Amino acid sequence: MDPSLKKVAEVWERETAIVEGMDISGPWNRMFGQRVIWDYSPDLIEEIAQLPGAESFAWCYQCGKCVPVCPVDVVGDYGPRKLYRRAQTGINLLDSPDLWLCTTCANCLRVCPKLVDMVQIMPAAREHAMLTGRAIPAELQEALENTAIYGNPLGQPARKREAWVKDAGVPVPILHQIQRPVEWLWWVECYPSYHPRGIDASIALARIFNALGLDFAILGREEKCAGDSQRLAGERGLFEMLAEENIRTLAKYEFRHIVVTDPHALNAFRKHYPKLGGQYDVWHYTTLLARELPKLQPLLTKSLPYRVTFHDPCYLGRHNGEYDAPRQLIQALPGVEFVEMLRCRENSYCCGGGGGGMWLDSFAAGHQRRRLSEERVLEAVSTGADTLVVCCPYEVSRFEDAAKSTGVEGRLRVRDIAELLAEAMGLIGEDAA
Amino acid sequence: MTIVVVMEQVPDVVEELAIAPSGTDLDRDAVSYVLNEYDDHALEEALLLAEASGDEVVAVGIDTTGELDQTLYTALAKGARRAIKLTGDFEGTWLSTRAAARLLVPVIQELGPRLVLTGVQAPDDLDGQLAPTLAALLGWPHASVVIGSELVDGVVQVRKELWGGITMTLELELPAVLGVQAARQAPRYVPISRVRQVMREASIETREVEAPDGLVPAVTTLRVPEQAGRAEILTGSPAEIADRIIELLRARGLL
Ligand code: SF4
Ligand code: SF4
Repeated sequence: MDPSLKKVAEVWERETAIVEGMDISGPWNRMFGQRVIWDYSPDLIEEIAQLPGAESFAWCYQCGKCVPVCPVDVVGDYGPRKLYRRAQTGINLLDSPDLWLCTTCANCLRVCPKLVDMVQIMPAAREHAMLTGRAIPAELQEALENTAIYGNPLGQPARKREAWVKDAGVPVPILHQIQRPVEWLWWVECYPSYHPRGIDASIALARIFNALGLDFAILGREEKCAGDSQRLAGERGLFEMLAEENIRTLAKYEFRHIVVTDPHALNAFRKHYPKLGGQYDVWHYTTLLARELPKLQPLLTKSLPYRVTFHDPCYLGRHNGEYDAPRQLIQALPGVEFVEMLRCRENSYCCGGGGGGMWLDSFAAGHQRRRLSEERVLEAVSTGADTLVVCCPYEVSRFEDAAKSTGVEGRLRVRDIAELLAEAMGLIGEDAA
Repeated sequence: MTIVVVMEQVPDVVEELAIAPSGTDLDRDAVSYVLNEYDDHALEEALLLAEASGDEVVAVGIDTTGELDQTLYTALAKGARRAIKLTGDFEGTWLSTRAAARLLVPVIQELGPRLVLTGVQAPDDLDGQLAPTLAALLGWPHASVVIGSELVDGVVQVRKELWGGITMTLELELPAVLGVQAARQAPRYVPISRVRQVMREASIETREVEAPDGLVPAVTTLRVPEQAGRAEILTGSPAEIADRIIELLRARGLL
């Protein structure tokens, strides 16, 4: 025997072991001597798990299923398993850049056997970090302050929220002007009201609504950000303030349903406004247009010679279960060839904009090999598509920037579904949007 | 010990400013107000000083907008211990800096702070007179354009900006008044839930004051400046833009 080896533990083995009538004798049934299993302090895990909503952080049993599906891990070093492990080894999530990298895309939750829920853990931990006076990334602070003052994260004047309407070329009734009940209240949201590319999609959608003869109106300057991404970024108080104001505004008008441009607003209205007293029948515009397909289809007269692929927004797909409506609309487009990306539907990749990521772009980029949006446009290009179709207002600008920074700009265009539909209906030109 | 921060709300210029039909005032119904950004830095600097020294920060302001509570609650949420609001019949007037200083001095004297911090300037005090006027009325030393400060052994060491990127460090005896250009670090973020909690639990002390006679300027006309020049954005390919620039320079006899 090798003299450098020494015997460290006695191994005891029962000759026979019968448990509840079952014979489980055998070497695999050995009992080893006692070992210390708490090599690491659970304190930092407990500090998170004691926050309301963040309890499930402590449930992780380190199986590792969440890591390969985490979009942040694909371009960095992330995932709930890793955050738990880091907390075990003494890294405080509250003081780590990790606190701001999760986009709350919910892909980990989809596969986690223990239901460790980052969608609830992250906002709770972020709020706690803010309440305990920890500094937050400057870009996020600016977006939150803007939202508190102006009702939108871009810091644009509240009064200009309805300014895009004059370029729509079709009537876009505004409730404080028309003072009559409508069937559909169109919740336009911030980026579609202020961002140039968001406005392009709003104009396209306004023209489609008009072509369909939809009885709709917007709130215009009275609308404030629905606030969901601010909530997920840790600003529950700001979210509640916005929600209370929006609920008060909505109470002034008569409408049957709300149609939203933004899946994040959809999520807020469906899941969080009811808790504050705002109960509405809320539809994403793709769901509404898919329902209107019998009326829409005959209007789609222009053939579009594009090969397109589609990015599922996390807050439309995984969070709210709508995968089919956007696909039905794309497939209704004459001339269009549709290809799926490998990561699609339930396993869709994330654009990086959710959970506050929209306002952490440079911060996150400093901790990742490439942006999530860049990873995604490269995937889109790999399908041979020339057009990446989106239906969340965060995405047009994110993906267009990513296409530029990855050098695929000339090969991939980013279009909102509304823009493609309006183009096929002859309501906008190819470049008007 | 106490550090007083003097805070003021100013019209928000992100929203378009409109002139009232009277032609002598802003259309106050259409104006929204924000905290003067330099006062935000003064508050941050005061909080940093207080965190190091254990002093108590008291935020003080004159409510000329009817909305000052928001600013004072935010200051409390960020860490100020007390907030005092001076109210009076200020509607439709703009207080001159001297009038504001006169109103503030009695409160400051009552609080007996060892430091008073305020923003180096404000849209209605572009020449930065508030800090020096307060100092003059109180008979205390003063420094303006302050970009950092520290309380050491019964004096305050301040860094202030001079010109051409030169900074100077000086020592002032206490009590003193500082006009703050920038805090050592960016003003902190305070979550709205904390502000709302403070609004439920804390209260703002209110003092009735009267505007001193003769120190409220009478505005005769207020108007939007006329467009003096025009900017032209050149568009096109780099070569086209270059051609256009050469053409413009030639036209002006510069080439
Ligand atoms: S899948 Fe769930 S239990 Fe498994 S490592 Fe990830 S968080 Fe932990
Ligand atoms: S929610 Fe998404 S980004 Fe966050 S840890 Fe889970 S998979 Fe990663």
